[in-house]
Amino acid sequence: MKTILFIEDESTLQKTVGQILEQEGYEIKGALDGETGLALAKREKPDLILLDLILPKLDGFEVLKGLKQDEATRSIPVIILTNLESSADVERALDLGASTYLVKANYELEEVVAKIKDILK
Amino acid sequence: MAFRKFYQQLNFVKQCRRYGLGLWQCPSFLVILIGLITIGAMLGIYFIANQYAQEPEIVALIILGVTAVLMIIGYFIIQGFNQLAEVSQMKSEFVSVASHQLRTPLSSLKWSLNLILSGRLKGFQEQEAQLKMMAETNQRMIDLVNDLLDVSRIEQGEMGLRPEKIDLLKLLNDLIGEYASLAQASNVDLEFEAEKNLPEVSADPRRIKLVIQNLIDNAIRYITGGGRVKIRLRRQNNFIRCEVNDNGVGIPKNEQKYIFHKFFRSQNIMKYQTEGTGLGLFIARAIIKASGGKIGFKSREGKGSIFWFELPIK
Repeated sequence: MKTILFIEDESTLQKTVGQILEQEGYEIKGALDGETGLALAKREKPDLILLDLILPKLDGFEVLKGLKQDEATRSIPVIILTNLESSADVERALDLGASTYLVKANYELEEVVAKIKDILK
Repeated sequence: MAFRKFYQQLNFVKQCRRYGLGLWQCPSFLVILIGLITIGAMLGIYFIANQYAQEPEIVALIILGVTAVLMIIGYFIIQGFNQLAEVSQMKSEFVSVASHQLRTPLSSLKWSLNLILSGRLKGFQEQEAQLKMMAETNQRMIDLVNDLLDVSRIEQGEMGLRPEKIDLLKLLNDLIGEYASLAQASNVDLEFEAEKNLPEVSADPRRIKLVIQNLIDNAIRYITGGGRVKIRLRRQNNFIRCEVNDNGVGIPKNEQKYIFHKFFRSQNIMKYQTEGTGLGLFIARAIIKASGGKIGFKSREGKGSIFWFELPIK
């Protein structure tokens, strides 16, 4: 079973996305802040990481940097799932190595699931 | 029509009030003032020059003096424009911050609805749990919109405070209980120390609660990797003083003067780690001032901050 790590401080959103992904047959790990998320990523080595950008303790950009600096986590695809959408933020995240950048408000839940399935295929 | 528009522009008092600027900061007034001084100076110099045609130094001195006055007024005009520009920039920043803040709960609600409507939630309990989370999210949006409404009330000078006798000690005890779980999750020790037998104060309990929530919330959120928040309540002369002391990231010196400004958010390292509208402290200050009290802070970057307020004993 493939594992997805979801780093997101909004717990409702985390549970909502988590439920639907579990139904799709994935194992979901959740972290509510950047520090815990990064540590969990290093320990669990998930197949995919969903990452918010505004996060307590360690923001999403720093988490992304940490993931890409570590040999063990470098190749894990990261989907940014956020509501920030200034081109500077998008560019910065993609430069740091994010695979995809999704603005939450612009997508239906099923579309996000489809993107995730597509990357994990 | 054109004349009326011209007249309206001349009516600087109304215009300055609309922009929320004092007369001496208001370009519309200052430009007219410069015009009047220039005309007056021209006429004055003409007569003086006629009288003192043999002593051009006097005429030159007067012209110099008038020019200096005009330059000073010009300086005020530039400052007025700067202030207007700053306000406008803060407003557009606010629109982006506020819409982002609303979008976070809104997108969460949207995906929850997506999930419920998809028919994937089979059991009643699953649906109920989802609806409960949605209700909380919805409440957060209401709180946010209430903050925005508070701001417009503050600006129109209609806070509508409902003062009653309140026991700050009890209020603080209740609030600190509410923050226990956030503090624990953030690795923050929440300490509370209060003098005994403090008299009651007269203030609007709902608003004062909001002030204290803002201070404690900020104190906890702007601590990285654990720390402590110490809250003290004591009597100082005819006031009850409440202090919230944290050992968090602190406020950079060059930003300290803006900290109570509407929509202001520090550019410190926490910008991407916390969400906020930059309204909390603005609202807090308005509430404390309208309650006859005082509010202030001391902060050192990297060391932490102390925010305090005082309410008069009645």
